[in-house]
Amino acid sequence: MYLFTASNIVKRYSDHLALDHVTVNVPEGSIYGLLGPNGAGKTTLLRIINNISGPDEGELLFKGRKLSPQDVSDIGYLPEERGLYKKMKVGEQALYLAQLKGMSKNEAMTQLKQWFTKFEIQAWWNKKVEELSKGMQQKVQFITTIIHKPKLLIFDEPFSGFDPINANLLKNEILELKKNGATIIFSTHDMGSVEELCDYITLINKSQTILEGAVHDIKMKYKNNTFEIGFNGDPDKVSEKLNGHCQIINLTQSLDSHILKIKVDESFTGNDILNRLLPVAALTSFNEIIPTMNEIFINVVEAQNKLKLR
Amino acid sequence: MNKIGLIIWREYLTRVRKKSFIIMSILGPILFAALIVLPGWLGSMEDTDVQEIAVVEYDRNGQPVPADQQFFRNVIPNRENLKFTYLDNARLQDVLKTFEVSNYDGVLFLPQTIISSGRETSVEFYYRKPPSVGLESHISKAVEKVLLNNRLEAKNIPVDFIQSLETKVDLSRINWKNWPNKEEDTTDIKRGLGYVSGFLIYFFIFMFGAQVMRGILEEKTSRIVEVIISSVKPFQLMMGKVIGIGLIALTQFVAWLILTFGITFIAKELLTPEPVKAQTELHAPVDLMSSSGSQAVTATPDQISNGRQEAGVMISDVYDQLGNTNLLLIIGAFIFYFLGGYLLYGSLFAAIGAAVDSEADTQQFMLPITIPLILSIVVMVNAFMNPSGKIAVWFSIFPLTSPIVMMARIPFGVPPLQLLSSVALLILTFFGTIWLAAKIYRTGILMYGKKVNYAELWKWIRY
Repeated sequence: MYLFTASNIVKRYSDHLALDHVTVNVPEGSIYGLLGPNGAGKTTLLRIINNISGPDEGELLFKGRKLSPQDVSDIGYLPEERGLYKKMKVGEQALYLAQLKGMSKNEAMTQLKQWFTKFEIQAWWNKKVEELSKGMQQKVQFITTIIHKPKLLIFDEPFSGFDPINANLLKNEILELKKNGATIIFSTHDMGSVEELCDYITLINKSQTILEGAVHDIKMKYKNNTFEIGFNGDPDKVSEKLNGHCQIINLTQSLDSHILKIKVDESFTGNDILNRLLPVAALTSFNEIIPTMNEIFINVVEAQNKLKLR
Repeated sequence: MNKIGLIIWREYLTRVRKKSFIIMSILGPILFAALIVLPGWLGSMEDTDVQEIAVVEYDRNGQPVPADQQFFRNVIPNRENLKFTYLDNARLQDVLKTFEVSNYDGVLFLPQTIISSGRETSVEFYYRKPPSVGLESHISKAVEKVLLNNRLEAKNIPVDFIQSLETKVDLSRINWKNWPNKEEDTTDIKRGLGYVSGFLIYFFIFMFGAQVMRGILEEKTSRIVEVIISSVKPFQLMMGKVIGIGLIALTQFVAWLILTFGITFIAKELLTPEPVKAQTELHAPVDLMSSSGSQAVTATPDQISNGRQEAGVMISDVYDQLGNTNLLLIIGAFIFYFLGGYLLYGSLFAAIGAAVDSEADTQQFMLPITIPLILSIVVMVNAFMNPSGKIAVWFSIFPLTSPIVMMARIPFGVPPLQLLSSVALLILTFFGTIWLAAKIYRTGILMYGKKVNYAELWKWIRY
């Protein structure tokens, strides 16, 4: 079941089309990655999902019905450009933002105390925001984003501006939130975090969706029957055995073994390769090479850009 | 608490606790008082060093006159810091030759030929430092007086006879509708009150309008705005800020009012001599309770003769004159025009804050707001002089200037139709500007790094 659906979203600005019939279906309990180069329209889409701006065309569904302004209490949003009132005290500010999300004062206070304890930042409660470092401010902002236990969390470039330690902390928190039943949409350039976290992705380029689906399915779809084989034995015999069914990409020799990288025909499977090689060589390793999200991203975007140029 | 209430509460709370607000609330009335008292005080400070002026007199033949024969001897009164020395048989050129080393600050040359001169004549004054306007008129007046008296005596008219003929006439302003009741319903104090409240509105619009603008700019540059408008509508955020700061302005105003009344009340208690105090205390409740009560100023002639200069009595006068019919109208009008003017301009300031990226960029958009405000002050002075003049009437109806100009007219009495149209127009325009500002705000608040011009704003409004 989809917790959130944005279908055929169109957003025009006076001088350009920011989103061109973009559709996103976010399954409940998943982590959904919104990918795309700079200026593709990711932030515009996130703002529409957050009710900050309205779409010119298209429909937004939350829990199966039309998204309404009341749903803000079920949505948490961490914008790419983060900021807090600099002159306001940390605790007061967190309380204010929580109340704006519809929490009662007492409830917000209890929850905040818990989170401040968890992050070990109780001492900051009465400090002004401008006294905190940027990383500290990010932590406070993260808490204010999730304090009202939203069903849907939206992070715009959550890892930008975090140091590796805090980025890791954030990753763990995101996984924890998922475990507790939240659904998460985040946009990112960091393909590593996509591999680690995302269940589904949508890749937007030049205002259009060019790739979408489960991460696993996409990777399977974009694998191109490339294998890496480590063996001890005569490389010539090995190549001979495989001749006619595959092309050799390269062959390297290490101290005691050879590494062969090959691309095989569609009809050929991993088992076929093994059957042919087992009699002639002692295999030390055998891997199918699955493309990384990074490679897929670059390939797909570049392919579309070339297409558009024509 | 609903969300707009929360926003108003935050805007109010963060500002009311600021040190600058508390200091301004206390210092405001003192600063205003200082503004009134200081120039006079400084003016008197200026002349503390005693000036000595030599007077040289020549006879009709152009010869120096010995002391015992001088016509002008001791005719110019000395003052605390001004001393006139009448030189015996002195030649002007000799005095001027030694002027450099003398103690004199000036030399007044009085030839006796002016005694019989025509309507206009002049005398020479040689100075080290240019004389002040006060000194000039002091000398002219004294010389004029002695010449006049001399001419009167020449025609055998006693001087005190002329003085007994002089009459001073004041105008008693009575609205014809009140006839046969001859009570004046506009006192000078109240006229002044209209003027001062017009000025206050001007001051508050500028001060707190700029606060709205800066507050929005702060939200925009600190990027918190995106978080907040994911929870509330941009319009709610904008109105919350405008209203919250409006409440701050009202708080400041009330604080000033209480402090001013407190200070003047204490001053009155301290300065009023006992018998007068008893009298004014008798009258005050009557004046405050009954709108048609006779005026304290006319009712207590003793008070006037006793010593009007007493500051305490003056303050009592202010209190007594205030206790009169249309004071309520003035207060009501002040609150309405203050709120209306602030909300109208406040929303425009809000739109500017949303449209630009930094305070430096606000200048180009400030001009169209500043011009009507400054114009209001100029026209207000005009309206004070001529409250029913065409300029005053039209500008007190035109909504961008009415909050300030109308305040100067109110104490003089404004025809109901004019007042109603002014009020209605202000309300309509207020809704218009809010609508306009909301459109600009909604788009501008999320727009970064783009140089915005009027064409761009127009696009946002139509969008």
